[in-house]
Amino acid sequence: MKIIFEQLLNGLTIGSFYALIALGYSMVYGVMKLINFAHGDLFALGSYLGYTLLVFGSTYATVTFGIWGGMIAAMLIAAIGIGIAGTLIERIAYRPIYSVGRLPAVVSALGASIVIQNGIMVVWGPRPQAYPSQVVPSVMLNIGGIRITLLQVIILLISFMLMGLLYYIVQKTTFGAAIRACALDRDTAALMGINIETIIFFIFALGPALGGMSGVMVGMYYRKISFIMGWNYGLKAFTATILGGIGNIPGAMLGGLLLGVLEMLGSTYISTAYKDVFVFLVLILVLIFRPTGLLGEKVAEKV
Amino acid sequence: MAKDNNNMETIIKSEQENKETAKINKVMLQTNKLTKIFGGLTAVNNFDLKVSQGQISSLIGPNGAGKTTVFNVVTGIYKADGGKVLFKGEDLAGKKPHQIIKKGIARTFQNIRLFSNMTCLENVMAGQHCRSNEGTWASILRTPGQRKEELEIKENAENRLKQVGLWRWRDELAKNIAYGNQRMLEIGRALASNPDLLILDEPSSGLNDKESEDLIVFLKSLLKEDLTILLIEHDMNVVMGISHWVTVMDEGKKIAEGLPEDVYSNPQVIEAYLGKDEEEEE
Amino acid sequence: MKSNKNINQKNSIFQNWLVILVAILFIALPFIINAYWVDVLFFFGVYALLGLSLNIVLGEVGLFDLGHMGFMAIGAYTTAILNTAFGIPIIILLPISAIAAGAFAWLVCSPIIHLRGDYLCIVTIGMGEIVRLTLNNNPFGITGGPNGVFGIDFPSLGNIFVVDSSTKFYYYIWLIVGLTIIGLVNLQRSRVGRAWNCIREDAIAAEATGINVRSYKLLAFVLGAGLAGVAGNVYATKLMMVSPESFNFMESCLLFCIVLIGGMGSIPGVLIGAAAISLFPEFFRTFAQYRMLIFGLAMIVMMIFRPGGIWPRKRGAFKVESLLIKAGEENG
Repeated sequence: MKIIFEQLLNGLTIGSFYALIALGYSMVYGVMKLINFAHGDLFALGSYLGYTLLVFGSTYATVTFGIWGGMIAAMLIAAIGIGIAGTLIERIAYRPIYSVGRLPAVVSALGASIVIQNGIMVVWGPRPQAYPSQVVPSVMLNIGGIRITLLQVIILLISFMLMGLLYYIVQKTTFGAAIRACALDRDTAALMGINIETIIFFIFALGPALGGMSGVMVGMYYRKISFIMGWNYGLKAFTATILGGIGNIPGAMLGGLLLGVLEMLGSTYISTAYKDVFVFLVLILVLIFRPTGLLGEKVAEKV
Repeated sequence: MAKDNNNMETIIKSEQENKETAKINKVMLQTNKLTKIFGGLTAVNNFDLKVSQGQISSLIGPNGAGKTTVFNVVTGIYKADGGKVLFKGEDLAGKKPHQIIKKGIARTFQNIRLFSNMTCLENVMAGQHCRSNEGTWASILRTPGQRKEELEIKENAENRLKQVGLWRWRDELAKNIAYGNQRMLEIGRALASNPDLLILDEPSSGLNDKESEDLIVFLKSLLKEDLTILLIEHDMNVVMGISHWVTVMDEGKKIAEGLPEDVYSNPQVIEAYLGKDEEEEE
Repeated sequence: MKSNKNINQKNSIFQNWLVILVAILFIALPFIINAYWVDVLFFFGVYALLGLSLNIVLGEVGLFDLGHMGFMAIGAYTTAILNTAFGIPIIILLPISAIAAGAFAWLVCSPIIHLRGDYLCIVTIGMGEIVRLTLNNNPFGITGGPNGVFGIDFPSLGNIFVVDSSTKFYYYIWLIVGLTIIGLVNLQRSRVGRAWNCIREDAIAAEATGINVRSYKLLAFVLGAGLAGVAGNVYATKLMMVSPESFNFMESCLLFCIVLIGGMGSIPGVLIGAAAISLFPEFFRTFAQYRMLIFGLAMIVMMIFRPGGIWPRKRGAFKVESLLIKAGEENG
């Protein structure tokens, strides 16, 4: 019983990574109807930015921010840096192409993804890098008989805080209502006086920022990072997005967490080698029987 | 001798008259207690419709009455939640749209649905899909049979284009021609399948007066081809001008039906629909 | 009107001479350039075949398929395994690989063919990954895991016609590509091609116009997969080995780009796209590190300035496609 619970926590941890990335996909797709293929690579870039700070600037960070300095600084740098990167990508690679059509946007997004991925390779080298080991003290906690590392606790706390914050913004504020309006019908939302530019800026800044922070956490958790991790995580996170219902923000969170748990279960009870296959199979089954995802709504097309 | 001829003429004439009467009495399309529900909304509620062969019937009613939904159920795009659709006596339940057009019902759409990036000729050629059958291998190998069929398809399409007056635009992309012509193109595509019943969803929508008049003349000409026509229309001139029979729908239910002039003066109908329309008419 | 006729005549004459010239050049090429470049042109041919196979699904029908390499992998591994384990000749394995890939496509696409565009996209990605991952894991010990299968024969008809040199492979693949192009052009001008394009334009209208949308979508996938399977067969026999990494997601993306950059549904466009993909890296060998970076930038720039593709499809029933690029001919 305890083991299952621990596995569950592991799954939720991994799931949090996916969820934070999935939110970025969902927000962008919901409003722009565009699959931001570059998003996964922005996550990777965030991880690398955190790595750079921790390896080269950790003393300064600790002095400024205190004992948790390294982690906080890394997260901040990642969030801000990738947030900026996200808006830049939107300006350069997407904005000129919206009016043309869906398919050119896909190619452009793939192009942006390739640029970022190879940019990382050029700057940091093709070989995987390693996060320093003690960003968060390596402590094993025992909460009610269940073993969990301090790092996991921190990750789960931060992730759920961020998700909760985003949920609050999107579901409970006027601004969030504006985002949801844009996702439903962008043109009408614009006619109602909603500033689309602001919304676009927000989703392309916040989504990637969350992804970047997830990147730092992944770096701290697994310690090994490589320039191709963007596609690996991106694909799974995108799967999570679809699982929850694309364009649906609570759905992305649910999808991500669920995917993490499924992956953990698959890896434990089926086989580590086939865990990804298992994950994809689940996705395909969900789509066959519930095509719009778990929380997605079936939007009828007017014939 | 002359008397014999006269007798023959009379016999032939009365035979023809019998056929005409029989045709008029024959029901081409019928819905029995048709019902369609979307979530909480009953769009079509126990709706009975009869369309007689060789006639032009109109389905009218205020916006949102459920008219297009009836069309969509009849043509197989939606599945009925209750009731039946009978075409030439046959139950259409469970048939998909591509099977229904093969049976002889062709339709146009309220918001024109053409194949935008294909030429007008190709659009009309597509209409004959259900009347041709050369398969994949025959096409890859370009067998003589396939080539012959392609030529026939092309010729038929060209004739239809001439019929709807779009011959000069045959090589133009469908998205590039004028709106009124696009409406006619859609009708041409529907006609290409040699249907028995032609269902038109607001064919005069967006047309100016002259174009609407031409449409009326055109639709009347179609009757000579042994066609039956069912229209959804808002333009009262079109409805009154050519309908043999009018059915009125409001909030999913039938509220009146009959000859155009009877419906026109029916107080219920006026209240539900015509009254508002008169105020808005220029 | 008269001047139009003159121009059309001139076009036809120009076209015919151009085709003859290109054909002669093509046939003579291996004798002019060295073996390395002949190999490059071979892989150009493979990409061309793959691009054409994806073009059926993506270009003609408009279905987002980002897992197409999975089909090639099925074909390649069918060839590899049946040849090394049972000694079945490569030539016979060519149609068998096509059928295997096609059957696989039919099996896996049937339950998901109705899915909306973006969802179909992710499912195809998933399928491609499932194929690659499964091959990597060496199920039942037949796929050789990450190292793959090696020791594959060359194609041969008895002992006389053996395809075993770069030059022979060059002719072999381009013969196959040539036949494929003829078949595909025929399809484009037929009821089948028309039905496909109608589905791409408006699936609901297509269904209402009498086209069995589900059947035709599946047909496209099966044909596309079959051709990819053929490509897999030829690829396997040239390399004499296969491994899962050759069929990864990145390659599927590249195929996707070939079709889009070339011009959707356009056969000349796909050829140009394939040339770009296979020849581009060659010219940047010195900047090896920056190669893909520049390629990605090129993709973005292409879509901004010429989203219809380099050679968009020109429509017109029974018209031979004009080889002259008309400026501003946007068919995206």
